[in-house]
Amino acid sequence: MQIDHKEEFRPKIVAFCCNWCSYAGADLAGSSRLSYPADVKIIRVPCSCRVNPMFLLRAFERGADGVILCGCHPGDCHYSTGNYYTRRRMTLLFSLLEFIGIEKERVRVEWVSAAEGAKFSETMNDFVKTVGSLGRNIRLGDLRCRN
Amino acid sequence: MQRIGVFVCHCGSNIAATVDVKQLVAYVKSEPGVVYANDYPYMCSEAGQAMIAEAIQNERLSGIVVCSCSPRMHEATFRKCAAGAGLNPYMVEIANIREQCSWIHKDMETATQKALVLARAAIAKVNLSTPLQEGESPVTKRALVIGGGIAGIQTALDIAEAGYEVDIVERTPSIGGRMAQLDKTFPTLDCSACILTPKMVEAAAHEKITLYTYSEVEKVSGFVGDFTVDIRKKARSVDADKCTGCGACQEKCPSKKAPDAFNRGLKMRSAIYTPFAQAVPNVPVIDRETCIHFQTGKCGLCAKVCQAQAIDYTQEDAIITRKYGAIVAATGFDMIKLDHYDEYAYSQSPDVITSLELERLMNAAGPTGGHLERLSDHRQPKEIVFIQCVGSRCADDRGKSYCSKICCMYTAKHAMLIREKYPDTKVTVFYIDVRTPGKNFDEFYRRAVEEYHVDYIKGQVGKVAPQPDGRLLVQGVDLLDARQLQIEADLVVLAAAIEPSEGVRPLAGMLTAGIDTNDFLTEAHPKLRPVESATAGIFLSGTCQGPKDIPETVSQAGAAAVKVIGLLAKDRLRTNPCTAMPDVLACNGCSACANVCPYGAITYEEKEVAAPGGRETRRVAVVNSALCQGCGACTVACPSGAMDLQGFSNRQIIAEVDAICR
Amino acid sequence: MTKSEYAAARIEEISSTNPYRCMKCGKCSASCPTFSEMDIKPHQFVSYVLHDDVETLAASKSLWKCLGCFACVERCPRDVKPGRIIDAARQLVLRQRGNSYLSADEISKMEADLPPQLLVSAFRRW
Repeated sequence: MQIDHKEEFRPKIVAFCCNWCSYAGADLAGSSRLSYPADVKIIRVPCSCRVNPMFLLRAFERGADGVILCGCHPGDCHYSTGNYYTRRRMTLLFSLLEFIGIEKERVRVEWVSAAEGAKFSETMNDFVKTVGSLGRNIRLGDLRCRN
Repeated sequence: MQRIGVFVCHCGSNIAATVDVKQLVAYVKSEPGVVYANDYPYMCSEAGQAMIAEAIQNERLSGIVVCSCSPRMHEATFRKCAAGAGLNPYMVEIANIREQCSWIHKDMETATQKALVLARAAIAKVNLSTPLQEGESPVTKRALVIGGGIAGIQTALDIAEAGYEVDIVERTPSIGGRMAQLDKTFPTLDCSACILTPKMVEAAAHEKITLYTYSEVEKVSGFVGDFTVDIRKKARSVDADKCTGCGACQEKCPSKKAPDAFNRGLKMRSAIYTPFAQAVPNVPVIDRETCIHFQTGKCGLCAKVCQAQAIDYTQEDAIITRKYGAIVAATGFDMIKLDHYDEYAYSQSPDVITSLELERLMNAAGPTGGHLERLSDHRQPKEIVFIQCVGSRCADDRGKSYCSKICCMYTAKHAMLIREKYPDTKVTVFYIDVRTPGKNFDEFYRRAVEEYHVDYIKGQVGKVAPQPDGRLLVQGVDLLDARQLQIEADLVVLAAAIEPSEGVRPLAGMLTAGIDTNDFLTEAHPKLRPVESATAGIFLSGTCQGPKDIPETVSQAGAAAVKVIGLLAKDRLRTNPCTAMPDVLACNGCSACANVCPYGAITYEEKEVAAPGGRETRRVAVVNSALCQGCGACTVACPSGAMDLQGFSNRQIIAEVDAICR
Repeated sequence: MTKSEYAAARIEEISSTNPYRCMKCGKCSASCPTFSEMDIKPHQFVSYVLHDDVETLAASKSLWKCLGCFACVERCPRDVKPGRIIDAARQLVLRQRGNSYLSADEISKMEADLPPQLLVSAFRRW
């Protein structure tokens, strides 16, 4: 078997961003031309609390190498308390991932406000680096979905 | 199967310089459901929109994807364009290939590959989209204000001036609230009654305002634009239409042993009473607990002296049911009880008083006619100690964790007024911090120190001990000089913390309005929506939301009124169609969704649903789409997956995930 | 007017300061080079005047430890001038001593560890 060293590993990253803060933060990163790797693909949701932990597991199953969930800062949620629910649910998910032996660094929760374009870009750069160093997600991937 | 059209925008060169738009068009044509794809230099331009509209009609498109800038920029534009062409606006999806692609990537190959993924995710989502209809609900053009203090009066006046009907419900026999009890107001030292009573009269006389005094809100149902409220009008035992307010009944009433709440219990009042001379309405009520007639069946003196024959012992509570479009909570504050502060000897000595009691003692209409005196021996105090932060900024359960905000200013006012009127009085203030943010506030406090020589001592009082000679030994500390002080005081005034009025918690429950651990009603957003409750149609005015002084209360009252007017000005409310939607077949009525809903939008109903082997009647969730704001918290909380969010359904999001990971 | 009230009034007069203006920010103590040598600290001077307790102030070590650099006077945001207050207190003490306010060997007898700058400043001012 030949290993092609030239092809660099590019992780697949799914980012869930809440409509009011983080998605706007991502837009600001864009309009400020603050680049981050193209591996990050954003899905817009009304609130971080719309994100079912099952969506994250689904992403892993389908071959994602990392999933990041961004919401408003605690106390700033457009829906008052949505991100508090997110925080609790994701804490549970982290325990689950740990329990089943998945590096919990593959999942991250970050609070990014609409004014934090720079933070969004930095966060994504850092997350891609982290996930890149962890390598391909093999354990959770559904073999039938491998391409 | 959907018939999807994909429209790729060049955005001049903003997108086209980095993303190969032609390749993108060619690629999306092979995606499932796509029957049409094209590109254009400026999709948001009139010509671009015409191209979309034409394609929708010619190709009989059932959904479109626009690959362009952020949906925060032009989603509304393209939705409107689609609606114009006869396509449901919620069948439009935007793939953000500018802010989140072309602008952050330099390499054309990378950017184009990412744009393909973003486009196919949007296509996957539209494949599962369903047309959504914006709901409509009617607006009852009448507002209810709960609480008749300065906040409620100001809100009601502002709403009424805009031409809408307003009802004020006030629990006590008169409007006026706390402000009516005050003597002077900071920082201008104008008399409180002089600026308040004209407003009370104006509210009472306003043709658009109806006062329900001695009344309470008993039940609230409905939602924004369409609330139904039951108001309990307590029996006054006096016919308000006949009463002339002459006051003869109060004068003649032989029962004078009820503590006068308006005077903070510093005085006794008659069983038939108006709380104060300028009461609005100037109609007394009979306190049935202390009235001899109601207790023993005898007396009846008030009925005898009343020339207008207004006394009506048979009157009963009445329930008034009314519809409102908006409700404003203006329930105000009270001072905390000082039962747990034994060290200040509040319950041991009549000469240890709260600041609100001092207001009454200094008020010309108060129990002493405005003469400052000790309640124990009626001597004029020569040495007065003020203690700040009594129960404010306390981490323990004796007090409140917050700063009551108004005490620093009113204490400076009291100290100054006392030094002005009785220059031979020594006034000492023990403080932790002096907090005077506000226009002309710090100057006011400095005047108390510099002109009136009020002695401000940084430090607290450890104990107040009543002495055999009737004086009070105050033991405090001067932290800056690091010495303990013993002061022989004649009068000690406690700046007790303020707390929301009693009964606000059950009221919040009725209104489904948010409330914090301190019982203050919670605003929808601490910075950007400070006068609205998170529950649509419920607004906050004054100290029910947090400690405030009069200027701030009046500003907030006006702000709340504007929000109400904005709501009432609409004939019908359009509701966001992206709301939660339960699948009754999967719902088992467990309440998990209602528990996380910040808006109280979810209720339960017994419904007949299909079940294995026939039909059954079961408790299932019902979402009120007028209240639901579409956050989606319930969709995740639902253990059976019965709850879904329209416009962001589980299937749609999963399809996006799959499309991205493909 | 009691004796102590009179003394306090004299201090205000000599120093031409208004101690009521003080808002207790501590800028004076923060600026003082001999802070650690003093028993009553510069920010406390005003309160002794306000509480008519010049006697304690006059008996304090601080009276002789102040260098008279006037950093506190320069930097006071309320124009209270604690340096002038302590100066005034010193002057009151010295005036009570009669014609010859101060002689060099007297100073050295008062405190063994006085900094030499003090001698200079003491003589410079009277």
